[in-house]
Amino acid sequence: MSSTTASRAESRHRMPAGRWFAEIGWRHVVGVLAIAFAVFPILFVLSASVNPSGSLSSANLLPTSGVTFEHYAAMLGGERANFLRWYLNTIIVCGVVATGQVFLSLLAAYAFSRLRFRGRRGGMLAVLLIMMFPAILSMIAVYTMIADLGEAVPVLGLNTLAGYIAVLMGGAFGQVWLIKGFFDTIPTSLDEAAILDGATHWQTFSRILVPSMTPILATTLLLALVGSMSEFLIGSIFLTDDSKKTLAVGMYGMFSSDRSNNLGVFAAGSVMVMIPVILLYQFLQRFIVGGSTAGAVKG
Amino acid sequence: MTSTHAPAHRTRSTTASAVLTRVLVLGATLALTVFIAPVLIAQQSWMWLAVLLAAAVAIFALYSTRRFVPGKYLFPGTFFLGVFLILPIVLTVGYSFTNYGDGTRGTKEQAIGSIVANSVQPSPDAPRYAMTVATSGSPAEGPYELFLVDPADGTVLHGDEETALSEVDPGTVSVDDGRVTEADGLTILDANQVNTIYDELMELAVPVDETTAVRPLGVNQAFVGSTVLQYDEASDSITDTSTGEVYTVGTVGDEQYFVDSEGQRAFSQGWLQNVGLSNYERLLTNPTVAKQFLSAFVWTLVFAAGSVLTTFALGFALALILNDQRLRGRKVYRSILIMPYAIPGFISLLVWSNFYNRDFGLINEMLGLDLNWFGDPTLAKVAVLLTNLWMGFPYMFIVSTGALQAIPDELTEASRMDGASRWQATSRIVLPLLLVAVAPLLVSSFAFNFNNFNAIELLTEGGPFPDGSGRGATDILISMVYRIAFGGSGADFGFAAAVSVCLFVLTGVLAAIQFRFTNVLEDVN
Repeated sequence: MSSTTASRAESRHRMPAGRWFAEIGWRHVVGVLAIAFAVFPILFVLSASVNPSGSLSSANLLPTSGVTFEHYAAMLGGERANFLRWYLNTIIVCGVVATGQVFLSLLAAYAFSRLRFRGRRGGMLAVLLIMMFPAILSMIAVYTMIADLGEAVPVLGLNTLAGYIAVLMGGAFGQVWLIKGFFDTIPTSLDEAAILDGATHWQTFSRILVPSMTPILATTLLLALVGSMSEFLIGSIFLTDDSKKTLAVGMYGMFSSDRSNNLGVFAAGSVMVMIPVILLYQFLQRFIVGGSTAGAVKG
Repeated sequence: MTSTHAPAHRTRSTTASAVLTRVLVLGATLALTVFIAPVLIAQQSWMWLAVLLAAAVAIFALYSTRRFVPGKYLFPGTFFLGVFLILPIVLTVGYSFTNYGDGTRGTKEQAIGSIVANSVQPSPDAPRYAMTVATSGSPAEGPYELFLVDPADGTVLHGDEETALSEVDPGTVSVDDGRVTEADGLTILDANQVNTIYDELMELAVPVDETTAVRPLGVNQAFVGSTVLQYDEASDSITDTSTGEVYTVGTVGDEQYFVDSEGQRAFSQGWLQNVGLSNYERLLTNPTVAKQFLSAFVWTLVFAAGSVLTTFALGFALALILNDQRLRGRKVYRSILIMPYAIPGFISLLVWSNFYNRDFGLINEMLGLDLNWFGDPTLAKVAVLLTNLWMGFPYMFIVSTGALQAIPDELTEASRMDGASRWQATSRIVLPLLLVAVAPLLVSSFAFNFNNFNAIELLTEGGPFPDGSGRGATDILISMVYRIAFGGSGADFGFAAAVSVCLFVLTGVLAAIQFRFTNVLEDVN
């Protein structure tokens, strides 16, 4: 090693190259390997989505046989599947469910954090316990209940988005603990001041407390949104009509009907679903790191 | 109530918008109740009626006064929690004591009706009528009526379940090409609609007289025949008028059916009945079923524990390695490594299911292997765990990074000063501290994977099915319930409910462990 490179390495790392590798460099090697493991399925999807043949036998990690956007066109044009309809259904279902969950959790978290009433502690523990038994564990009863309800109120029956949303709203308290934790960090002097000034409990809640937690709520909303996006079990037994399916149910059905030949269109669809979510995650990354340590598990 | 709230100095003025909101909410509740309750009564849907009335009463009690402030905030979520989480659990427990399933949904009366109606045999020279299905209600719900055209003379006949077949005034219907195409005041079902109600249609019998009836044959024909079987209420038996054989109610297995003189089950029709503990008995004492259940349970534990251990090991190791202050590009590594976490789970799983394709899958191709991943039970399990590792390690990486950054540097520095090696500092100081911080998350991750239906269904669909039995080699308990209840081979809701109840118990145990680990019982304040 010449003295010039040594000194340059010295100035950059303040240590010789050998020691640099032993201390730092190998970390880059591990990091690059980890990245390779993390992104190869993503590369595969991207490459398959632009691969002209669109079948599994010719798929590879890199698009070696040219680039085409016909699979995207096929998906958007509705030739192979009712993709846009599923996309819209998913936005409706996840939007309503996630907003509903966060809003109802927010209301309950306020009561648990700020109000004092009999049964508060017991109520919190009960919520925590019951949330451990998600609706999918009682799939049979949920199915027959909604089938019954549909006889009387067709808009809430099986094979309707409203009925599906109603069942997913069973998880309404999914975010209570997370949000209660955030409420607890806001000093009570803030709402006491508002109450002294004559604000009602609702005004304190909606004008003082909620606005001060907007970024946290946005993150919670995103986690709830992506969580409900992957709901598959209830969807697959409820939504049998093609125009009622969500992306998870619809794309699974399309894909499993002919795995090897539907790969191109499936990959194109996946990319169109993935990109907005990944962008949102990158955007909200620093909040998510905080939120996930506070106890949210995503599927 | 307001120990934290200072007494108000001014009277709170009620704003106009608050009053308006209150009036709107209460009005909408009242309107919905008045509108829906009669329909629920007509459908005899007592459970939903109770839910509706209870909700309406609660809304009026809570929101019409200024009292019960906590209740106002808690009610909306509690309503959904109660109706869609607690009620289903109660119902599932109830189902587990019945034989509920395909062919046993209805009452005994319906089963008898179906047995008798199905015994209509065509006489050898019975004419085939051209049949049209009509309804006075909606095409999907009925009630249905049949219009028949006699091909011999063009006479139009009409009847339904209750009204005996009679001739129709030709002026009230239009006949085209030997078939009724329009009828005054009724909706004619098109071919699609008839197909949708096919099963129901096949049960339909229009009586002609005491022992003969018209039954549909396919979707556009019907025949006249005589019912061979007759039910006698006094002796609760069915008599075959052609052979004189008498069928009585007898017990086959755990359930009651109509049986012949030798005690053999005579008809496929059954009815909903209480079977006591026999679903549980079957689960625990039937050797094949018990073995399936046990192996599903063991695999569920292995899958959940294996997923937590592998994801945590990888996530923690990466966090440790990449969390060095001197390392450049830490942010880049971090934002790329969380990408698998950001992709909706169902897409990841479906993409990964390709990689294991024997002939063209990426894994066999890149590693030059020829492994039949989804055909071999052990390999399929490895595939499930590997996929779950990819999906789960970013979460553990994020969590571990966060926890590592919370551990003060002084601790490791002090241990290094005292002569500990880097490895010793990591394993004796950092790891124990970090485990304390993340243990609750590991337990909840275990609980999540315990019921991680998607990870199985979207990847292997439970397969392979080596012995052709109902449970696949990679089925965990929840996907096993799904396969029994909604799988291809006929729904057995009662038995599936019994498995669900076992799943409730196991989940409850998990919850107890989780509560213990996370000290929530002490923390709640």
